[in-house]
Amino acid sequence: MATHDNTEHVSDATDEAVGWESKLRYFLNSDFVRSAPYWGIPFVLMSIAVYGGIGYNFAISFTDYEGLGTPDYSTLDLEMYAQALSSDAFIAAAQNNLVLLVGFTTICLVLGLFLAILLDHGIRFSEKFQTVYLLPMSLSFVVTAQLWLWMFNVESGILNLVVTTLGFNPVDWLGNPSIALGAVIFALIWQFSGYTMVVYLAGLQSIPDDQFEAARVDGASITRTYLRIIVPQLKEASVSAAVVLMVFALKAFTFLYALVGRYRPPNGTDILATLMVRRAFKFGEWAYSAAIATMLLIMALGVIGPYLYYQYKQGSL
Amino acid sequence: MSQSSSTGSFDVASLVEDVNLRRVAQYALVVFFLGFFLVPLETGIMTAIKTNESVARSLPFAPPVGEGFTLGNIQFALEQLSGSFFNSLIMSIPATIGSVLFGSMAAYGLTMVNWRAQMGMLMLFVVGVFVPYQAVLVPLARFWNNIFPLARMLEPMVASIPFFQGYHAELVPLVITHIAYGIPICTILFRSYYQSLPNSLVEAGKIDGASITKIYRRVILPISKPMFGVVFIYQFTQIYNEFLFAFTLVTGSDAPAAPVTLVLPAIGASTSGIDFGIRMSAAFLAAVPTLILYVAFAEQFAKGLRTEA
Repeated sequence: MATHDNTEHVSDATDEAVGWESKLRYFLNSDFVRSAPYWGIPFVLMSIAVYGGIGYNFAISFTDYEGLGTPDYSTLDLEMYAQALSSDAFIAAAQNNLVLLVGFTTICLVLGLFLAILLDHGIRFSEKFQTVYLLPMSLSFVVTAQLWLWMFNVESGILNLVVTTLGFNPVDWLGNPSIALGAVIFALIWQFSGYTMVVYLAGLQSIPDDQFEAARVDGASITRTYLRIIVPQLKEASVSAAVVLMVFALKAFTFLYALVGRYRPPNGTDILATLMVRRAFKFGEWAYSAAIATMLLIMALGVIGPYLYYQYKQGSL
Repeated sequence: MSQSSSTGSFDVASLVEDVNLRRVAQYALVVFFLGFFLVPLETGIMTAIKTNESVARSLPFAPPVGEGFTLGNIQFALEQLSGSFFNSLIMSIPATIGSVLFGSMAAYGLTMVNWRAQMGMLMLFVVGVFVPYQAVLVPLARFWNNIFPLARMLEPMVASIPFFQGYHAELVPLVITHIAYGIPICTILFRSYYQSLPNSLVEAGKIDGASITKIYRRVILPISKPMFGVVFIYQFTQIYNEFLFAFTLVTGSDAPAAPVTLVLPAIGASTSGIDFGIRMSAAFLAAVPTLILYVAFAEQFAKGLRTEA
């Protein structure tokens, strides 16, 4: 950067003999250079890890690298992507992932909004309740997976206790492939709805109280006030919470792994993240799993990209 | 309240009744969700302190009675986990300090000092928060195992430190990985705080002729103490609870350097099934450090989550 500045300004140095020197000095004294150690060191470390990692992963995904040894970069092609897109396991995982993403995100948003409105007005010790509702978020997925494994237990789990008390037959929550994904979504909602509640509460508290008063004076019912006046103002909170939840749903691996303690999650709950990790670390199919990971990344960027653009346009970055 | 009674003064009685009914329903729902969030935890604790016989015979959420009570499960789980607790803490604490410090520095450089192209760089940090880590797992494994086997290089050195064993060297790449991937979120959290600070703080320092470093050390660091609390608690919880990086770099629940989260999914399991008394005890012990932090600093934790969105 500095040397580039030199050569550019040498030509008009005839007018001011020390022109480029003072410009260089000015440049070196500028805030950009002087603040460089602050943002520079973290930026380099982060870039190598995140963007270097992504690039390397991208490169590996074009090879046929598997097992031990080193990747061979002489023949690069899209074979792994084609192989993934035509495999049943990949399609099934992508479908499950979509169900997880839509179901989990929607219910979390709705339940979180409901909890936020519930606690927003007229509840004593509302903060204490918030603390309890948010508590699952402070636990590791590994821990919550164990708790829910016990809840879902066929013989002595609470859920089957409820089901049999109501007069139905016990359900094999995690063993039945058509229910397992729903059960997993339910457990993840338990963990995350406190989070959406906190985001919505922050949004609700930024809405001035006189809007509630005005609606009340106009004779609007509470439900109407919320539906017509308050909820539309929570758009921003909804969007940012939805982005966080969707990205999580794409990469959710830990909970599924920890439920069973092995690479293959319960039947019917295999998602792209679990498929990718299994292919890589169980079977050593590095290139194949790198291709899946790249597609996962593209999907995540598909969620984040529009969001960042929207935020940037709003000037809220 | 006073306003509503004055506007509808002719029908106060029915209004009060209506409000009370709604209140009751509202509290009933609040209590219902209290149960919803607490039942899995309560059941887990009760199961942890029951004997196997009592687990099989009593309701899962009922407390143990008489002979059914035992601390044996917790004791057994503690023995199994003690080594991995140590691993988790010596990994999480330096990783948290590192990423929080770097995050604060980066946020300072990106917020308080003005220069062009800041926005572009900020975007790279923000995207770094959301990147699915699956997209870097294969490179990470290759980098730390084949290209730069730091753990193997450091092993003899780490073995010579008191209280440490050679295998603890495996945690060094994990710490560096956590620091690097923790920087983006810490930067974003600090940036939102620094943005809320008045510009005059830095301007005043500049007019006094203070250097950028001096302004950071004398002005920014002291006033960002509360934010350091928030980010530290948030980040420690994240790193302590994290599983995927540990799984990739340390591999296997039987590895001596495995952190708690890696060991937990395998505890109490045998060919005859899972011993839930032991498993629940282990789950609680594993959660204790973050639970203590959460109970003590719930507000800071919530603030971290709010700012993330």
